[in-house]
Amino acid sequence: MNARLDDIPLDPGRRRFLRGSAAGSAGLIIAFSVPLVGRRALAAAAPDAALPPPNAFLHIAPDDRVTVVLAHSEMGQGIWTSLPMLLAEELECDWSQVRAEHAPAAPVYASPMFHIQMTGGSTTTMSEFDRYREVGALARTQLVAAAARRFGVAPAACRIERGVVIAGEQRARFGELAAAAAQLPLPTAAVALKPRRDWTLIGKPTPRLDTPAKITGRAAFGLDARPAGVRVALVARAPVFGAKLRHFDAGAARKLPGVDAVVEVPTGVAVIGAHFWAAKTGRDALKLDWDLGPGAHFDSAAELAQYRKLARTPGSPAAMRGEAARALATAKSPIAAEYSVPYLAHATMEPLNCTVELGADHCRVTTGTQFQTVDQASAARILGFKPEQVEIVTAFLGGGFGRRANPASDFVSEAVQVAKAARAAGHTAPVKVVWTREDDMHGGWYRPQFVHRMRAALGSDGLPVAFADCIVGQSIMAGTPFGAGMIRNGIDPVSVEGVVGSPYLEATPAYAVELHSPTAPVPVLWWRSVGNTHTAFAMESFIDELAHAARRDPLEYRRALLGKAGARRHLAVLERAADLFGWTKPLPAGHARGLAVHASFGSYVAQVAEVSLANGKPRVHRVACAVDCGIAVNPETIRAQMEGAIAFGLTAALYGAITLKDGRVQQDNFDTYPPLRMDAMPRIEVAIIDSGEKPGGIGEPGTPPIAPAVANALFALTGKRLRDLPFRLV
Amino acid sequence: MQLIVNGQIHAVDAPADMPLLWVLRDIIGLTGTKFGCGKALCGACTVHLEGEAIRSCITPASAVAGKHITTIEGLTAAGDHPVQRAWTELDVVQCGYCQSGQIMSAAALLRRTPRPSDADIDNAMSGNVCRCGTYQRIRAAIHRAADLAEVKS
Repeated sequence: MNARLDDIPLDPGRRRFLRGSAAGSAGLIIAFSVPLVGRRALAAAAPDAALPPPNAFLHIAPDDRVTVVLAHSEMGQGIWTSLPMLLAEELECDWSQVRAEHAPAAPVYASPMFHIQMTGGSTTTMSEFDRYREVGALARTQLVAAAARRFGVAPAACRIERGVVIAGEQRARFGELAAAAAQLPLPTAAVALKPRRDWTLIGKPTPRLDTPAKITGRAAFGLDARPAGVRVALVARAPVFGAKLRHFDAGAARKLPGVDAVVEVPTGVAVIGAHFWAAKTGRDALKLDWDLGPGAHFDSAAELAQYRKLARTPGSPAAMRGEAARALATAKSPIAAEYSVPYLAHATMEPLNCTVELGADHCRVTTGTQFQTVDQASAARILGFKPEQVEIVTAFLGGGFGRRANPASDFVSEAVQVAKAARAAGHTAPVKVVWTREDDMHGGWYRPQFVHRMRAALGSDGLPVAFADCIVGQSIMAGTPFGAGMIRNGIDPVSVEGVVGSPYLEATPAYAVELHSPTAPVPVLWWRSVGNTHTAFAMESFIDELAHAARRDPLEYRRALLGKAGARRHLAVLERAADLFGWTKPLPAGHARGLAVHASFGSYVAQVAEVSLANGKPRVHRVACAVDCGIAVNPETIRAQMEGAIAFGLTAALYGAITLKDGRVQQDNFDTYPPLRMDAMPRIEVAIIDSGEKPGGIGEPGTPPIAPAVANALFALTGKRLRDLPFRLV
Repeated sequence: MQLIVNGQIHAVDAPADMPLLWVLRDIIGLTGTKFGCGKALCGACTVHLEGEAIRSCITPASAVAGKHITTIEGLTAAGDHPVQRAWTELDVVQCGYCQSGQIMSAAALLRRTPRPSDADIDNAMSGNVCRCGTYQRIRAAIHRAADLAEVKS
């Protein structure tokens, strides 16, 4: 079931909220003392309200504790700390008093960029950079106004030191002022934000606020939800995408101890039990008869062969300039290369799960989600509820990588269906649907398989005079709430992002980028860095091939192209990474280096990798990484995200492939879909370039360059071009 | 059966083949120990059995009845084990889901090998998967924890 745009409540207008108006301001104050339950109730009432509810983003308790309410989900990327930093920068509270919590699902928390409540596209910091600072500034202004009244002085006579307002000998803590501040009218003019030179938190490496909970086992992930009386359900799902259940026999399952109920749902058969083990034992005892349908003939290797053929036929034009086709046809020795990437599972450490407490007119969904608005709308539609009757409790996400932003709300919709069917059968206990690792890996929504066929003609200086890329792969955006707005003239922009917009094209007189978007019975989804996962691999590998053909050093060749394109920020990270690595320094015998530079999500990343072969397999020893993400809000998080993104990209480059034969996914668990482990982790150094530009993304941009950097290093080492991921040397 | 978890005795009614992981999580209610793979491939479920790291997802609870089991909740009362302090200093965690298992594996390593080499760390920790890729910080934090433990003793 797909969420439709008209089901999704849109942002009611954040500028109105932030600036307020004299008439509307009474309800607008970022009030400071409504308890959590009250805030949830207010938020739930929001869809019909002309103005957003109070208390949406900030709560200051009488004991000075500051709670920042997060409109986005923490999945490891560090927003649990960086969003509070933005707010606290302006609030000037005592940082040691700051806590964070996830917001409930409500229109006021819609992303200023996407107009639904969600976390994705590496947009949290860039989209909230103003809003969270403005909330902090607004609250500070109110607190100072309240203090000025109490002291009998002008607000300008007050200053703030770590959450204490001071005027002369008089002092008042934020916690003492909060109630009075909540009663004051909002400022009618915009509140001035601090100039950059006055920042004390933004730009300062700041330890994560979620560490204490996450090192003691206290952090509650979705899978840890245990509402009173909760039962656990496992669902037997179709063995092949699109298969339909003909018949099932639950006789044996129902007799097992601990099994409460067996119910049919649109995705299969759910066994509900006292605990995971009862539900799993019960599921194992089901007898299921599936009509496999046409999906049973699907073979990913055959699809790849078909994609390679398609790549040699004209596609829909995505970007072009000049007469690339003619230039390539008449070139003396054009260079051509074909690159492929397979399906990939996200394989978050926390397998998918969702807990549903369903009443007669209320439903509480507890899960780790990146897509609150869509999930809320999906659950409401299944139940015949209004969205505000569905409460979404966002737990910590045990990894997201895009999998938990599902336009069909797959894991939430199914859990709601299970709860609905159970309730209809007289079982009213809360139910937690748990996916095993195998369920999760077989569950689809993969990074799509893609092929790029690139061609170029070089001029006498060795630089390309013409370039063509024919891209083949399933559209991710088609059929999502974003598809209608994003797909233009048959081009899904995320299928071509990273080739279209590349400075290398800018530096090339004639180019043509074409796209084929075939459909397949395999559901696909954004996977950390989305289209850039394949475009950066193809583009940065091909540029390396061109440099080699032109007999030029890969760094110097890129320097020439990027200089020609005026790609200042690309160049800066490239030079910094090369310096950090020591590009010209000799390496140990049997080692080689390779580099790549790629911009995505508003940030620029270059990486240099040092590789060798151990028992015929690639070994990555070291990666030097330079990143320009504009204003670096929390440099510690940025370093950590670069390290993690490199590990994530290396997993895909070295090992990652989901393949299907006779419609069945051939990988099951971490043995057949291996992740990078400690013994293969390279040493990573990260340099952050302070460009002063507006903030870019940080969760994803570190992933795209690593596969081509390693491929280019392996070429330098072996003379063999590895054009297909994952790398196979033999 | 009787399980001794974090020093407390729990009388548990569970099938003999039910893995310790699910007894801890779904019956006793200690959810700090995580489910990642169910096949001892990822280490998210690591707990201590008489001080040694084991994978609770493939260990039948009945096989460890009467023995001392320690989970992340019982590693320290105040969350100040040298490994936990080092994890904090080095800002190791990201999503955090695997970290209970990482910390339990690291604590067991340091008990056996107070000054682990990088190779020791590879050996002891390569069974613990982190999809966020926090390995570099984990390695540094284990060395740091070794320093912290030495200062303490």
